[in-house]
Amino acid sequence: MSELKPMSDQTPASPERRRFVGGAAAAAGLAIAPGVMLHQVAHGRPEEQAASSAVRWGMLVDATKCAAGCDDCVTACSTENGWTPVAESKHPKQAPQWIRKLELQDPLTQVETNLPMLCQHCAEPPCVDVCPTGASFKRADGIVLVNRHTCIGCRYCMMACPYKARSLVHEPLNDTQKPDVPRGIGCVESCTLCVQKIDRGDGNTACAEACTAAGHNALLFGDMNDPESEISKRLRELPTKQVRADLNLNLGVRYHGI
Amino acid sequence: MKRLLALGAVVLTTAALAWAGSDTQPKAGGAPMPVIQKAVKGEQCVEDTDYMRRNHMVLLDQHRDKTVIEGVRTKKYSLKECINCHASETTGSVAAAKDDFCVSCHSYAAVKIDCFECHSTKPQGSIAMHSLNAETAHYKHKLAAQATSKVSVEEMAGVAQ
Amino acid sequence: MASITFREVEGSSLKYWLLFGGLGLFVLFGALAWNTMHHYGHVVTGMDNQIVWGLPHVFAVFLIVAASGALNVASIASVFNKPMYKPLAPLSAILSLALMLGGLLVLVLDLGRSDRLIVAMTHFNFKSMFTWNVFLYSGFFGLVGIYLWTMLDRTVKSYSKAAGTAAFIWRLILTTGTGSLFGFLIARELYGTAMLAPMFIIMSFAYGLAIYLMVLAAAYAWTGRTLGDAVMMRLKGLLVVFVAAVLYFVVVHHMTNLYFAKFHGVEAFILRDGGIFTTLFWVGQIVIGCVAPLVILLSGLGKQRTWIMVACGLVIAGGMAQMYVTIIGAQAYPLDMFPGLIENSSFYDGVVNSYTPSMPELFLGLGGVAIALLVTTFAIKVLRLLPASLDDATVAKLEH
Ligand code: SF4
Ligand code: SF4
Repeated sequence: MSELKPMSDQTPASPERRRFVGGAAAAAGLAIAPGVMLHQVAHGRPEEQAASSAVRWGMLVDATKCAAGCDDCVTACSTENGWTPVAESKHPKQAPQWIRKLELQDPLTQVETNLPMLCQHCAEPPCVDVCPTGASFKRADGIVLVNRHTCIGCRYCMMACPYKARSLVHEPLNDTQKPDVPRGIGCVESCTLCVQKIDRGDGNTACAEACTAAGHNALLFGDMNDPESEISKRLRELPTKQVRADLNLNLGVRYHGI
Repeated sequence: MKRLLALGAVVLTTAALAWAGSDTQPKAGGAPMPVIQKAVKGEQCVEDTDYMRRNHMVLLDQHRDKTVIEGVRTKKYSLKECINCHASETTGSVAAAKDDFCVSCHSYAAVKIDCFECHSTKPQGSIAMHSLNAETAHYKHKLAAQATSKVSVEEMAGVAQ
Repeated sequence: MASITFREVEGSSLKYWLLFGGLGLFVLFGALAWNTMHHYGHVVTGMDNQIVWGLPHVFAVFLIVAASGALNVASIASVFNKPMYKPLAPLSAILSLALMLGGLLVLVLDLGRSDRLIVAMTHFNFKSMFTWNVFLYSGFFGLVGIYLWTMLDRTVKSYSKAAGTAAFIWRLILTTGTGSLFGFLIARELYGTAMLAPMFIIMSFAYGLAIYLMVLAAAYAWTGRTLGDAVMMRLKGLLVVFVAAVLYFVVVHHMTNLYFAKFHGVEAFILRDGGIFTTLFWVGQIVIGCVAPLVILLSGLGKQRTWIMVACGLVIAGGMAQMYVTIIGAQAYPLDMFPGLIENSSFYDGVVNSYTPSMPELFLGLGGVAIALLVTTFAIKVLRLLPASLDDATVAKLEH
């Protein structure tokens, strides 16, 4: 965490600068709606610049604020990423779920805890270790993804993931995908931390946005490598845990209140 | 020897093309002609038409790795931008109907497209069957001027070789 | 040492072609099953996001493990220099190749993107056990192929021992690799043990030999050749040792697991509360797969050929049950993300997952078995793999 921030040209660019560079790179830049510019950008990086390991994207889940019965984060994820909500699926057991609400109950005290469970974006991801083709991989900025161009659907990663974070797409999607979120039959998928939004410079995920919009503020997304980021500050204040910390995977999703 | 090889190549290609074209499509000179629709947006592709016909797969292949693995989402050579320009006016897609941009040539050349099992065939923001959306509506006027063109068999044979 | 005449089976009788056709039919069914799964996706199978490896994996892993074991007889002949086993070696090698082929086909055709096999052959992640297995399997084909060649071609006969030894070592590594496929999954509690790999090796011995014995007996009975009791009894004795060893390993495995508190949950599941898996474990794996065959083989019944065949069949059935328990049982048992807490979600967290195999899966698996047998049937017709006679007198001459 003591890593220095990169040189000056990589410091968080203003949204204007990012848009300008992007626009100059391709003539089609003119199609961008002006409204987008008003968006707060946490970590804009020029379009042609690769994701950098100076950043580590992560999420802080405050389970004490996560409301029972609320699944706004799940709905937001399915809308953003185009997967069918499990309630609408004809095959609920085979339907992919990138994020799910988990209700925990202590059998002794009856105390209930609510939290969203999603890919933990492990720094030492078992799914990446076992993948025969290297389709499962960790991006420089810590996001664990499946490269669907090389995924052969062997499901070894699903066997290896301790959090059941992954799903196989069991049926043809028939062109219902979002243009920004390719996903398809026979490949395995999981939470991408809204990589398309991050690369766009949104600096937040759909689930965290939805949680904030609902007024719960249970999800905080940000750069865990930047000591000044909101998430780093909160992580210093709140006691947090990693799920199955015994496995020593150094998770990108930390929980408070479990 | 060289001649023989060349002859063999010609025979093979002809045979392959004839076989590929054994669809219900109308035939011209033994092979059906792909319908190539003009792009809705833009005047000029990112590279010459000729170059693109032969090498688009290479460009897409290189770009996809940069995008997926490194997170570089430049527009040049991105499949999404291909779709944004080439989606058909009627179906709003590059691969929904047999005359749509990608399908038309690919079925002619009998090359399976693997892209659209995962990628959307429609431009961003489009609603199914509406080719022109908020992003592309201002190109509408261009459509009137551009008629759907047919490519000659010779041209395609050139690509196939 | 007396020499032995090897001869192709004639393979022109109606019976041969009926067998051939019957197996071919199952191969066809397997192909259709694959086509269905490929076209509609895994939605037509009983597998889901909880049970991600289903019946095809049970068949595939069983066949691969048995393939390695089927090579046993050949190994004993060449590596351990037991002349009595020499005439039995070629069949052992071909059967092992055939079973491996069947198993790999099932494994590969069950992939979500089986059309992308080329990707698996060109992109490697050397941290993955799966990748190593790809090399182990290809190497196996190569080495056993060469070994078979040294046995069939007199001009290269002198290399037979070297090739046999190489194949022997290779297939030990291979079975270790197959076992490690599971052993490396830290998430699944049932696999959290170093015993898995050695256990797979000893299981491979038993399953492979059982299949070998059945194929051998069938081949000789159906072609009217003589198969003396000497061979039968010797192989039977070997089978007893292997099956007993399997039983021993299974007991030790579960005992050690019971010793560690963290495995208590999953052990109780397999041994006591797992419903179908508990039944399959006790009835299938233990009674049918180990105890019953041991009783048959060690009692007077073991002197009769039919009963030996029954015992072999039981060992194979028990082996399938064992694979089912190992592969599917481990997935049915819920992952324990929050120890001590009751979990509830839309993704079936904290519940025991159920699995009902579907027709396509079953026929895909059976197709793999059929391919293996079909290849063997065809090979003994075109190659000189079987000794013309294995009567007691001929065999006795070998020993001196
Ligand atoms: S949570 Fe699972 S899918 Fe996500 S990185 Fe870790 S092992 Fe991989
Ligand atoms: S299913 Fe795909 S991503 Fe997962 S291990 Fe297999 S090839 Fe890799």
